Amino acid sequence: MINMKKRTAIKPSQSILIRVTAVILAFITSSLFIALMGHNPLSVYSSMFDGAFGTHYRIIETLKVAIPIILASIGIMIAFKMKFWNIGGEGQILMGAFMATFFALQFDHLPKPLLLFFMFIGGFVGGGLWALIPAYFKEKYDTNETIITLMLNYIALKWITYLQYGPWKDPAAKGFPKIANFSDQAILPKLFDLHIGWIITLAIVIIISAMMKYSKWGYYITVIGESRDTARYSGINIKKTVISAVFISGGICGLVGFIQASAVEQTLSVGLSAGYGFTAIITTWLSALIPMIIIPASILFAALVKGGSFIQTAFQIPNSAAEVLQSMILFFVIGSEFFAKYTLAWHKKERSIK
Amino acid sequence: MKKVLAMLLIATLVLTMFAGCEKKEEEKTEDMTVGFIYVGPIGDGGWTYAHNEGRLYLEEQLGVKTLYKESVPETQEVETEIRNLIDQGAKVIFATSFGYMDFVEKVSKDFPEVTFFHCSGYKTTDNMANYFGRIYEARYLSGIVAGLKTESNKIGYVAAFPIPEVIRGIDAFTLGAQSVNPDVEVEVVWTYTWYDPASEKEAAVALLDGGADVIAQHQDTAGPQQAAEEKGAFSIGYNTDMKDMAPKAYMTAPIWNWGPYYVEQVQKVMNGEFESHAYWGGMNENTVQLAALTDLAPEGAQAAIDAAKASILDGSFHVFQGPLYNQAGELVVAEGETLTDGEMLELNWFVQGVVGNIE
Repeated sequence: MINMKKRTAIKPSQSILIRVTAVILAFITSSLFIALMGHNPLSVYSSMFDGAFGTHYRIIETLKVAIPIILASIGIMIAFKMKFWNIGGEGQILMGAFMATFFALQFDHLPKPLLLFFMFIGGFVGGGLWALIPAYFKEKYDTNETIITLMLNYIALKWITYLQYGPWKDPAAKGFPKIANFSDQAILPKLFDLHIGWIITLAIVIIISAMMKYSKWGYYITVIGESRDTARYSGINIKKTVISAVFISGGICGLVGFIQASAVEQTLSVGLSAGYGFTAIITTWLSALIPMIIIPASILFAALVKGGSFIQTAFQIPNSAAEVLQSMILFFVIGSEFFAKYTLAWHKKERSIK
Repeated sequence: MKKVLAMLLIATLVLTMFAGCEKKEEEKTEDMTVGFIYVGPIGDGGWTYAHNEGRLYLEEQLGVKTLYKESVPETQEVETEIRNLIDQGAKVIFATSFGYMDFVEKVSKDFPEVTFFHCSGYKTTDNMANYFGRIYEARYLSGIVAGLKTESNKIGYVAAFPIPEVIRGIDAFTLGAQSVNPDVEVEVVWTYTWYDPASEKEAAVALLDGGADVIAQHQDTAGPQQAAEEKGAFSIGYNTDMKDMAPKAYMTAPIWNWGPYYVEQVQKVMNGEFESHAYWGGMNENTVQLAALTDLAPEGAQAAIDAAKASILDGSFHVFQGPLYNQAGELVVAEGETLTDGEMLELNWFVQGVVGNIE
């Protein structure tokens, strides 16, 4: 039989070995799957890489997917550091997009920089307030934030659906339920072929990592995450810290909504969040809550998405099969986390011979 | 245990290498590549399936290389996917859902050397044509079948979005049913989705519970057909022959035949003869048809259909010819008048006998 033991400490070399093994296993298993579909695994993999990074255009496209993942991961990371399980990134993205869209649609007569600034603030506040609800209930009534943040996703989704099919429906669309496209005023400009969401994202990654590392606030967050009792004993105002941190966590997710609405969708739609709020949970975990690792982890994830989409057309692999590949790779990589924390011992069991 | 694992690994590796050697990717040498984007999966058995049949026909007839992308939502994703297809060599793009329209229009301006075809919309540019079919003609015929079949005089209609394309179909269907059964009512439920088997089925169940005994649909899946079968009612499909999906309910369906148009247009692009246009092929062009009736179709249906079909084909009858009344009973199209193509493309009112609201 197999026994499971918790590892006390893990050497960096071991940790790397486990992860590398996981990736290799993932590719081997996926190879089998690809071979079953009648394709050459090696050429599929190389074409996945080619699809994600092969040309300048493809690199830009991959980064476009990476930006929301990075930013949402940073937001979620702050909450996770306090062991506040914010599963509500998706809803916060949507509410941020909603507020940004409100400004984009109502104030499109403002000069572009001013309008974008309002949309930025709107996005931040929208996402932040949405995250404050579970934070308030948790601190006041000790409710379970995992459930509440998760459920708030669906409320946000239905709210956007209501707007898209109801009051914000574009009358010019002849009955088709879509919200009007933004005017040029409300669209983020580009720098080096990529919308400047990448600059916002980089700036936020740097600011947040500095704050987590060097500020008192960041230190409080770490202490609360390690032990609430210690935090209380050392006189940290837990309520204030948690609420402000969750507001910023949700606010950063809200900024994802602003960037996606302004630069990518150029309108608001129910499909806007595209699962980034959930994807970010995975990338946040994979990066062990370290801001600087979030960037490469998210880019790799985006490459997996883009590469998967590329092979669909290149090899005529059905959509769902490409998704199976992505999930398989994820499954192994996340599964390896288990082996980083636990070790298995093989017991020889006495066999009863008939 | 470890040995077993090791063996398994080796076996896997060997197998994959072997498979790799065995099959080489077939490279087509033709320099024409055509890209398709679909709103649902090919396996939907409906709308996307019908377009994919057209794509396969195109490959077979012209030997061109085709690329496709399934399940592309009607969001910014459209633009990304079109750019990806162009990046992968596509010179012609067929975008097959209404909600793709604005994105196709936008991309068409960025790629003047690529030719775009958008299905079911109303916008065109120099290098973007718009195509659709007069499916309302076939819907009128299917209405005749439903009108003869119903005993409760209540027909349920599961519909996607309140846009002109769908409204036109509902009106034509209702007029067809009324032509053989003046007391018939057609009740409409909106699902606000093209592809969602579960909610389409649910909508049909609601209509059946409300007393309908025949179900028609403007949806991409056979969900409503299955609901009808489970409730012991009858059904009119859409897009493709849905006989196999609900053999105990399905009577017929207005169906699409895109292949010939795809071949004709791609040939034109290859010859450099493409001109932007708005194509609207009907039964005369064979773009739309009524699928063969099954044994469940009512007696006399075939004769009634044949007569109506003949009069549509020879132009002596038009589905939207007056007198036509709206839901409030007001005369909208006077006797002797007929809706123009432009008016039909913008149609936004229900004829008398339809139960339901637009919006």
